[in-house]
Amino acid sequence: MSTVNDVVIKIATVNGTGSASANGLLMKAIFRMGIPVVGKNYFPSNIQGLPTWYEVRVTGKGYQARADHVDVMVAMNAQTYARDMAEVASGGWLIYDSTWPRSRQLNREDIHVLGIPLSKICNENFDGARARILMKNIAYVGALAALLNIDLDVITELLEETFAKKKQLVESNLKAIRLGYDYALEHFSCPLAKTVERMDRTRGHIVIDGNTAAGLGCVYAGATVGAWYPITPSTSLMDAYKAFCKEFRMDEASGGKKFCIVQAEDELAAIGVVLGASWNGARAFTPTSGPGISLMNEFIGFAYYAEVPAVIFDVQRTGPSTGMPTRTQQCDLMACAYASHGDTKHVLLFPANAEECFYSAIEAFDLADRLQTPVMVLSDLDIGMNDWMCPDLQWDETYRPDRGKLLTAEQLDGMEKFYRYLDSDGDGITYRTLPGEHPRGSFFTRGSGHNKFGGYTEDSAEYQDVVDRLLVKWETARKLVPAPLVEYSKFNKEGIISLGSCDGAVREALDLLGERKIGLNYCRVRAFPFNEDVRQFIERHERVYVVEQNRDGQLRSLLTLDLDIDPARLVSVLHYNGMPINARFVVDKLLEKRAGARAAQDTGS
Amino acid sequence: MSFIPKPKVTHPKLPRNALGLTERDYEGGVSTLCAGCGHDSITAALIQAVFELDIPPHMLGKMSGIGCSSKTPAQFVSQSHGFNSVHGRMPSVTTGANAANNELIYIGVSGDGDSLSIGMGQFAHVIRRNLNMCYIIENNGVYGLTKGQYSASADVGSKAKKGPANRQMPIDPVSTAIGLGATYIARGFSGDKKQLVPLIKGAIMHKGFALLDIISPCVTFNDHEGSTKSYAHTRQFYHHVIDADFIPPAEEIVADYEEGGAMPVELHDGSKIVFRKVDKHYDPTSRAAAFSFLRDSIRAGEIITGLLYIDEETGDMHDLSGSVDRPLAKIPYEELNPGRETLSKVMQRYR
Repeated sequence: MSTVNDVVIKIATVNGTGSASANGLLMKAIFRMGIPVVGKNYFPSNIQGLPTWYEVRVTGKGYQARADHVDVMVAMNAQTYARDMAEVASGGWLIYDSTWPRSRQLNREDIHVLGIPLSKICNENFDGARARILMKNIAYVGALAALLNIDLDVITELLEETFAKKKQLVESNLKAIRLGYDYALEHFSCPLAKTVERMDRTRGHIVIDGNTAAGLGCVYAGATVGAWYPITPSTSLMDAYKAFCKEFRMDEASGGKKFCIVQAEDELAAIGVVLGASWNGARAFTPTSGPGISLMNEFIGFAYYAEVPAVIFDVQRTGPSTGMPTRTQQCDLMACAYASHGDTKHVLLFPANAEECFYSAIEAFDLADRLQTPVMVLSDLDIGMNDWMCPDLQWDETYRPDRGKLLTAEQLDGMEKFYRYLDSDGDGITYRTLPGEHPRGSFFTRGSGHNKFGGYTEDSAEYQDVVDRLLVKWETARKLVPAPLVEYSKFNKEGIISLGSCDGAVREALDLLGERKIGLNYCRVRAFPFNEDVRQFIERHERVYVVEQNRDGQLRSLLTLDLDIDPARLVSVLHYNGMPINARFVVDKLLEKRAGARAAQDTGS
Repeated sequence: MSFIPKPKVTHPKLPRNALGLTERDYEGGVSTLCAGCGHDSITAALIQAVFELDIPPHMLGKMSGIGCSSKTPAQFVSQSHGFNSVHGRMPSVTTGANAANNELIYIGVSGDGDSLSIGMGQFAHVIRRNLNMCYIIENNGVYGLTKGQYSASADVGSKAKKGPANRQMPIDPVSTAIGLGATYIARGFSGDKKQLVPLIKGAIMHKGFALLDIISPCVTFNDHEGSTKSYAHTRQFYHHVIDADFIPPAEEIVADYEEGGAMPVELHDGSKIVFRKVDKHYDPTSRAAAFSFLRDSIRAGEIITGLLYIDEETGDMHDLSGSVDRPLAKIPYEELNPGRETLSKVMQRYR
């Protein structure tokens, strides 16, 4: 079936062979032609030698999820050749390096196999082993340009920008592009039945990964202290923060840094640094992933009880334990919501894409300061490390950080006495001072029993008074966190609740189901605790499918726990193999569950 | 109520410091430790040191972890800010606090369990960062709150009240700190306040990580015959070897020391530490010399006290990371935000 601007290209290479820049070039070129793209990297927990894939979904309709099939496979890795060939959709194309003969056993009658002697061409045209390997990657981009109709001028423009300071690299890269392009033109009938064609759907948009956007958000939120222990897939968040700070946070007069990054000895220390800095009035954060959250538990409970703000980014990866560290999941919802021993619960934010990572970062700092508690931003590897097309990030110059109930020296001057944990406003949020601000503002921060005046206590009533007040604060948090995004029509009797990176797949699934005349309403939760709107959404539907990316239905559990919902109303649709969820999966699984639920209903009645 | 505020007893003739405050103004709540606990003597020495240094109470951050020692910040300078964190993690909290505000003075109070067992990792790494703080270990070789288990600093052969002698090698915080690169290393004894106060003052004024290991006998669980951290044992084997006096910036050094025996070292703010040495060949600015001296003394069963090593040259965490001099927490937001125009320029990179 021939299509325009609807094609999935997957490139199979070996980790460490420099294919990332070639793949980025391919995706960017299509994006610059005005066509929406989705870029996903499937990579091993390895530095060099293991198989890695990059998938570009060209989607004129602007869908955000990964596709469920591959139209064009560029099989550059002999090791995975068999499975790469098997993955091509019927009628699709497989491109391979025909420098060496391929096994005769590996063949498929229902796809087109296109051999290009990439190694041979590059060996003849470039000197040096490294250049030959790198240019082989660029050459397949050239071949794809011919096969798919990608504009060569756009590729040239991108190369000129990338290597603005290294002219000879522009020439060698262009030469490699040309070699691949010409070979394809000469040997195959170009373009293929699936092509790309200029459109105007990417104006005012960027392609960015969630970690970069979150790091930038931390800079804009005014964070000055970042503490971390390197862990995939969160590392690039701190890398981004650091890079932006080096650009925008240097003191012109002294050359000093207006930020401090502490690479701690472990995650326990990283969160300790964040709490110390927040206690002292800096906006501080730590990026981590599941194992880091596990290690931070004791301190998270401390911060909840002693009421110290903190911002934690959990870029979730597949667990349990080390799990598959380079694969994605939404598996830390429960671990984060109730992190630590004792009666604790925490505010969580669920960005759905890279754009929301930027705004969530700013919102997280405001909420942490306002609520004087840890706020966790739960993104995942898919959001954090993959390339997302999103509208330009916008900045409102009138924004000022919400530092919450922070008493100034002037205010303290006018006060007779200051008590740290006295709820004078009835919203459960008490007034806070910063060390060094004023002699009257001193107080003692402790994780041991304390009364509303801030004094140590082992008195039952005094203890309970404080933990009950924390519940009042929890209800305040419920009103302050972002409300869910709800799409509602009264004609639909069933709904979907989902979160985070499931959003793209769910939206696309709703379109697909709509084509079959199955209408569902949609509620995307954006925070925990759940807003009243979430309860209403559930109450308005006979059945709600909860779509999430973990094995045990953690979002469903949270909904039943936090809103006291009858679990029977919530039907799980779960995806947890480590790959990002796609629309086809949602449709198939939902229909299966739906049939099951209806059958059960019929038997029951 | 388990918190007992100390009744404030004042007398018009009490000496006042440069801020017009009396030593009473630097007191805290009533101690909840056992009567005769070495820690209480250390608290008293801390109060005197902070009073004499004219530190405004609200400019002091008192940091601690968990344990008997970590309870003491509630018992001095109640007008300052305390942070009683989690077990063994005080160093990281202090790192963050200092990262945000380098204007405050940080005194960390820890114990041998808090620093040498559960917090060994954080203890090592705060030294690596040369965090500007005074780090006190109230060292009694035993877990008090959980009723008398050996700690990692218990000496081989030391006997608990019940049961067999300890046979595992102890971790000596002083040798450990020398090995890890701490820039101010001292040991004191809770029973010798005269020696302790100048050591605390020096530790507070030193710019960088100052370790003060203080032998502080546990009267309830480790003060019997057979214990090597008892008052009796410490007094018998304790060698007041390298003594030090702390001289504030403006004061002259009055040399009443023997020729060759005194050695002034200037601190960052112009104040001075003067070493008085029994051994003329001992060089407190040589890490290697300090280490071998200490090793010999351990072998001889001696408890060496005094200021053992000082390095005023190495920069603290902020120097090492190149931060601005101002406290980061006080930089106005307008200076931290790159603004809309910059954001739109940044967007161009992602097309």
